[in-house]
Amino acid sequence: MMEVLPRRPAPIALPIGSDADLARVRQHVRLVATELGFGLVQQTKLVTAASELARNTLVHGGGGQAEITPLEEGHRTGLRLSFVDQGPGIRDVALAMTDGYSTGGGLGLGLSGAERLVHEFAIETGPGRGTTVTAVAWVTGVPAPRSGAGPRRPGAR
Amino acid sequence: MRVSEHDAAHEAAAQRVTDFLRRRREQIAQRWADAPLFRTVFTVSRDEAVEACKAVVDALAEVAADGRLEDISAPGFAAVRDQLGRTAASRARTGSSPAQIADEVAGLRAPVTELLRGEFADPSAPEAHEAVLTLAVLMGTLRLVVMETALDAGEELIERQRLQLMEVATPVIQLWDGIVAVPLIGTLDSARSQVVMESLLEAIVDQRAEYAILDITGVPTVDSLVAQHLMKTVAAARLMGAECIVSGIRPAIAQTIVHLGIDLGSVVTRAGLADALAYALGRQGIVVPGRPAAGASRS
Ligand SMILES: Nc1ncnc2c1ncn2[C@@H]1O[C@H](COP(=O)(O)OP(=O)(O)OP(=O)(O)O)[C@@H](O)[C@H]1O
Ligand SMILES: [Mg+2]
Repeated sequence: MMEVLPRRPAPIALPIGSDADLARVRQHVRLVATELGFGLVQQTKLVTAASELARNTLVHGGGGQAEITPLEEGHRTGLRLSFVDQGPGIRDVALAMTDGYSTGGGLGLGLSGAERLVHEFAIETGPGRGTTVTAVAWVTGVPAPRSGAGPRRPGAR
Repeated sequence: MRVSEHDAAHEAAAQRVTDFLRRRREQIAQRWADAPLFRTVFTVSRDEAVEACKAVVDALAEVAADGRLEDISAPGFAAVRDQLGRTAASRARTGSSPAQIADEVAGLRAPVTELLRGEFADPSAPEAHEAVLTLAVLMGTLRLVVMETALDAGEELIERQRLQLMEVATPVIQLWDGIVAVPLIGTLDSARSQVVMESLLEAIVDQRAEYAILDITGVPTVDSLVAQHLMKTVAAARLMGAECIVSGIRPAIAQTIVHLGIDLGSVVTRAGLADALAYALGRQGIVVPGRPAAGASRS
């Protein structure tokens, strides 16, 4: 009854089945990242990585879901994003991770780019086994102001 | 034995209702024409309302004759599906909710049931009951048909509004002789970026623009797909003889794009829309006075 734990966003799973779902995943990742204290640049990186991976789940994996899990480990706070599908899987992960490699006429920067946008990155896949891509980012540097006051401008009245 | 007796009773009732609908077509239509569903739609001429009602009665008679009382895809409905859809859509346009429209269709039942009861010398006889029940089933099916067409019409409306929104959400603005700009706002999915490209290329031709500014201040996320759309648009504009400038790339987005590995090296970029305009004016030999170099605030 008496919740004394610090309020932090609960883990959540969102469906990925349409373009509108992608927008919802992005919005939710941005919301949770803000609440966890990620700064603007890190938020933007996380949302962008989520956008790439969720779109892969939709386009290449035939749909699936996104799992958004806040992390707390000792003193650090992080966010884990998992994208799960039961699609065809990836035969050659190293090749798929190559900049510019795409089987669908894209830029081929989704997977490799997403890896560069986060701290930890893992792919679990195999032909016929579906694909799960997991990305983790930790809040770094000076924590951003949680909400309310906008960026402080020195010298502003 | 019992089962076939039962079936026989059903068939007899369906036949009775069919005959009734055919025989009393005129009276039923006259009564329905004053019901809200039709009266509010056919405001100009009551005769039109009566004609529309007759078509519905004919459809119901055909469905009953075929014995497909509960089948919303019965061929008998085909003739009135279009008309019912337009009626429902017109009610929806004037603010009726689907539930209200469903109620209005349900409201058609009472007047026709009353007429049917009047056909029987003894309205409490089993045949009368069976016939009234059959008519109730039939009217329930009609209600479903109307709801279905109303929903279809609603979806069409939403799709049309979505398309319209896409158009208004991407206005191409002429900033100066030969300089056009598109302030992009919201998610740049494939459909929208297609619209953006088309309207921009059209504007370039119409206004003989030499410079086109794509301002992405209002685009929350630039991922590889959005970047690809931007680059395609830039390339297409170039083919039309215009130079593109992408403005409004916020610092956080700039850093993200670099990490993602996207090379915007071949694209002219400027921090803000004003900087992009100053650049384009400068290239046309128009010097903008009193504008300090990059990063300054708007004057
Ligand atoms: N969830 C997945 N299921 C199956 N194959 C995938 C999945 N994710 C990625 N792939 C494969 O890996 C390749 C590289 O993915 P990546 O996201 O880097 O490029 P892309 O999606 O083709 O283009 P874009 O740069 O627009 O994202 C894809 O073309 C696809 O063949
Ligand atoms: Mg991709």
